Amino acid sequence: MAKPKVPGMFKGLGVTFATLLATAKNGADTVQYPHEKETPPIRARGVIALHEGNCTSCMLCVRSCPDWCIYIEGHKELAPPRRAGGAARKVNKLDRFDIDYALCMYCGICVEVCPFDALFWSPEYEYSETRIADLLHDKSKLGEWMQTVPEAPELEAGAEKKGKK
Amino acid sequence: MNAVLLSADLPYWAISLLRVLGGLVAVLLPAGTVVYLFLFKMLSFMQSRLGPMEAGPYGSMQLFAEVGKWLQKEDIVPASAQPEARIFKMAPLIVLASTFLLVVVVPFGPDAWFTNFETGIFYALAVSSVSVLGILIAGWSSANKYSLLGGLRAAGQLVAYELPMVLAVIGVVIQAGTMNLQEIVVAQNAGSMFGWDGLGNPYVLTQFVAFLIFMISVQAELSQTPFDMPIAESELVSGYMTEYSGFRFLIFFIGEFATAGVFAMIASVLFLGGWGVPFSWFGWTTIDSIDNWMNVAGPLILFAKMMALVFFIMWIRFSSPRLREDQLQRFAWKVLIPISLVNIMLTAVLKVAF
Repeated sequence: MAKPKVPGMFKGLGVTFATLLATAKNGADTVQYPHEKETPPIRARGVIALHEGNCTSCMLCVRSCPDWCIYIEGHKELAPPRRAGGAARKVNKLDRFDIDYALCMYCGICVEVCPFDALFWSPEYEYSETRIADLLHDKSKLGEWMQTVPEAPELEAGAEKKGKK
Repeated sequence: MNAVLLSADLPYWAISLLRVLGGLVAVLLPAGTVVYLFLFKMLSFMQSRLGPMEAGPYGSMQLFAEVGKWLQKEDIVPASAQPEARIFKMAPLIVLASTFLLVVVVPFGPDAWFTNFETGIFYALAVSSVSVLGILIAGWSSANKYSLLGGLRAAGQLVAYELPMVLAVIGVVIQAGTMNLQEIVVAQNAGSMFGWDGLGNPYVLTQFVAFLIFMISVQAELSQTPFDMPIAESELVSGYMTEYSGFRFLIFFIGEFATAGVFAMIASVLFLGGWGVPFSWFGWTTIDSIDNWMNVAGPLILFAKMMALVFFIMWIRFSSPRLREDQLQRFAWKVLIPISLVNIMLTAVLKVAF
């Protein structure tokens, strides 16, 4: 037997009043932001961190960025040969690595495309500025974000680790 | 208030000043309480959030912050409204003035009133429709099609719901045998139900249909959801308020909630016994035998009754979706008006019979 139908209007009144009582009793579903903070999930796209040592300034991230918000400058340097008597190696030295977070749209293509694991997502989100120019994070600032990058989650059972063994 | 003041033998200007101050308190205090308690807190709790918490303890000073914010804002008159800039600027004041004119007749206690018109309820219903003028002027002089649509909708709606409201009040007037709000209060509290006078005779019991019709009409007069087509923010961009900014918007805002408070006061005067408690509790019989402390307790009792009624107005506002314009008109003309006519007839017959 179907329940007698309550007119939608009274049902709505019931819902709002029940929510009112529940909020008064159990507290709100929201948090009072500056005083209490929710920890974002570890895969949250908060800010991009740079592991400078891994960057070879290959420019893949710059070229794949839809917003053109990454700026890289580098120069070649001669490094000592690996074996005695060999020719000196040429390595790319990173002079500048800037991400303009005023432009960034957090698509994460640069993190995906980086072949040397130099870019990471960090869930940190509190880096608003009063001047828009301050949203341009330079190499050292991007390096500091590395502290906040969480450990990569465990691979699923049976998953194979990519890359060189 | 008036009788008290007259006995104190003050000069005319002092009485006028005190009346103005009293009117400001009677309009702004309920409006502020309603906005904080219901609009800020109850609405938030019904949406499972806490609402303003930063300004003062539990956000109680939020209203002052909001008023400060509005006062700082630029007072913009759109270019197309420039030819009628004076009228454009006047419109919110007319809306607020109708609220102040309305509070004039509300009795707050045996001697606490601003004026004691013999035809108080007639006057109240008449000046309550002055706000339609302000709204129409606002909608028209904004020179904006959305505002104009909102203003016309408001005019249609307020005219349509004025009628069931008046007709609902007629039932009360017939039963009380007077149009004086003070005497309506006395008639309810001095009355008795079948010889038992423990509750007096609040007309919400005998005139329940009229009470429902009156409250529905008030909901529509205040253009609160589900009758908020005139200000429909999602389709008409807040209707006649679209072009207003700064303190003129603030005046519209105060007007909306102050009118809600004043209408609730009038409803509680008409149906819930107003400022009074049943006279039999203290052995009073007529208005002259009432103790003087009722002049202090009366406004508080009226305030409590007003808050209870505004709670229902706001509760319905926060819970219902918006009706369509044609549904609104059909509801007024085809449902409310016939029912209230039948109610008048029944009341008249029963009045004569008993």
